[in-house]
Amino acid sequence: MKMKAFFSKLKDIRLNRWQRILLIIVLAGIVISAPYIIEDNYVLHILILCGIYVCLTLSLNLIIGWSGQFSLGHVCFYGMGAYITTLLITQQNMGFFQATLLSTLLTSIFAMLLCLPTLKLRGDYLAVITLGFGEVFRLFLTNAVDLTKGPAGIPNIPDPVLFGFEISSKQAYFYFIAIVVAVFLFFMKRFNNSGFGMAMMVVNEDDIAATALGINVVKYKLWGFVIGGGMAAMIGSFYAVYMGMISPTSFAYAESIKMVSMVVLGGMGSIPGSVLGAVLLTALPEVLRSFSEYRMVVYGALMVIMMIFRPEGIWARSNRMLNEYKIRAFESVKK
Amino acid sequence: MSGILEVKNLSVSYGIVPALKEISFHVDEGETVALIGPNGAGKTTTMHTISGLLKPVGGEILYCGKNIVGTEAHRLVTDGISQVPEGRGIFPTLTVAENIDIGAFIRNDKEGIKKDKEWVYSLFPRLKERMKQISGTLSGGELQMLAMARALMANPKLLLLDEPSMGLAPVIVEDVFHIIRQINKEQHTTILLVEQNAQMALTAAKRAYIIEVGQIVREGLAKDLMRDDEIRKSYLGL
Repeated sequence: MKMKAFFSKLKDIRLNRWQRILLIIVLAGIVISAPYIIEDNYVLHILILCGIYVCLTLSLNLIIGWSGQFSLGHVCFYGMGAYITTLLITQQNMGFFQATLLSTLLTSIFAMLLCLPTLKLRGDYLAVITLGFGEVFRLFLTNAVDLTKGPAGIPNIPDPVLFGFEISSKQAYFYFIAIVVAVFLFFMKRFNNSGFGMAMMVVNEDDIAATALGINVVKYKLWGFVIGGGMAAMIGSFYAVYMGMISPTSFAYAESIKMVSMVVLGGMGSIPGSVLGAVLLTALPEVLRSFSEYRMVVYGALMVIMMIFRPEGIWARSNRMLNEYKIRAFESVKK
Repeated sequence: MSGILEVKNLSVSYGIVPALKEISFHVDEGETVALIGPNGAGKTTTMHTISGLLKPVGGEILYCGKNIVGTEAHRLVTDGISQVPEGRGIFPTLTVAENIDIGAFIRNDKEGIKKDKEWVYSLFPRLKERMKQISGTLSGGELQMLAMARALMANPKLLLLDEPSMGLAPVIVEDVFHIIRQINKEQHTTILLVEQNAQMALTAAKRAYIIEVGQIVREGLAKDLMRDDEIRKSYLGL
């Protein structure tokens, strides 16, 4: 109860313009100075992974939380972005920037094609179908040896050169992902406040009522997958050049499950929730290393506890969601 | 008077089960017409077919002289057909004001929207009092009013009301129907009303059709139907 009150208070804090600018400057200062303070490359690596998962969670949350389509195959878009970018860089000698742009575009188109036959499905059925797509994609990566080099993966992906700087050190990658995260957060914020985002949420809540208002339901459902898929592909591209090698094992379905856990734990349709969920679930297993073999047991137990105490997510969309669940429960009793 | 909506030999099936068997009726501009019938007669099916949510197997629906069968549902809203869905379809997480704002989703004329918003709030003073309230916490009657207010924000030529009295206390039902009459009188909005509560529907409508198991069995002026013995017995319980 106390925790609930604390969070609702925290969420009700509204900053004015200057406070917001100050907050951004402080955060930027922390990010810029971080690589100088943290000398341990391992910690930097975890921070970069946090950044990657924050972006992935945001992109998946757009599909699950905003457009309301439960996707268990997000790894498909992520991996597709990584592979297309890698192939374009290593085989066509394309620059990182152009390759990412092209792979994002191609993945978005693919996401739309994937979404089209599944439009009528919802809930569990859609989850099963997307899960299947993820598996098909992984099997394709493993077996299309001529194109993807199969289970061995593609090694030696060159570091990207952006505006004349070669990004090769951990520090440089850290700054890079920090900028990407900032851009993603800014985009999501704008998206959430736009009529477009509102209409998508409305479609999610009640598609018949949305139609009655003149909202094209199909269009918004498609856009959910297109934008979310494209964002995941961008991060996949980053992941490929950061790791320097990719293989199908990085895109197994456990990754999708991890992303869904981040979304659900953080809070569906919530931007701060996505950040919290991603950072927690990336950092927790590392922090818990001192428990050695009991690590995953503690991890699982913590997740169960969190879901019991905050079933709507750590930082749910807003207090409104809570109301909705109460009313739904009330209505189901009435019927 | 010209027919704004003309339904000709409309048939709808759910799979192999027929729900509507060649029904025909028309609604003239500026009038209120009621479709009355018991549970499972096909009233909501008729509504959903007109608003484009269901595809008919046969027949045509003429709206302003144009056949609208096969037009996507969301386009019809732009064309001026606004539906208040059964069970209201209010977004419970949004506030009253936000629900009303989103009703004008298809419009771009800021001045017109502002004017209509004022009119809608004057029509429903209860909603104005509760503008900032989360819609999910409203009472049944207020929800129905909010749903109507939201539909009116799309500035419809034809308003489809699906069971406005459903689940409401008799006093509230009277309020709702009073407002329905007011909408028709003040804005000359054409209203097609689907109702189980025959008595209320007949007081608000000018004409009515009685629908039973997918067929129209009676039609006529509301005041004539109200005096009809058979109808009084089976629908009005008198």
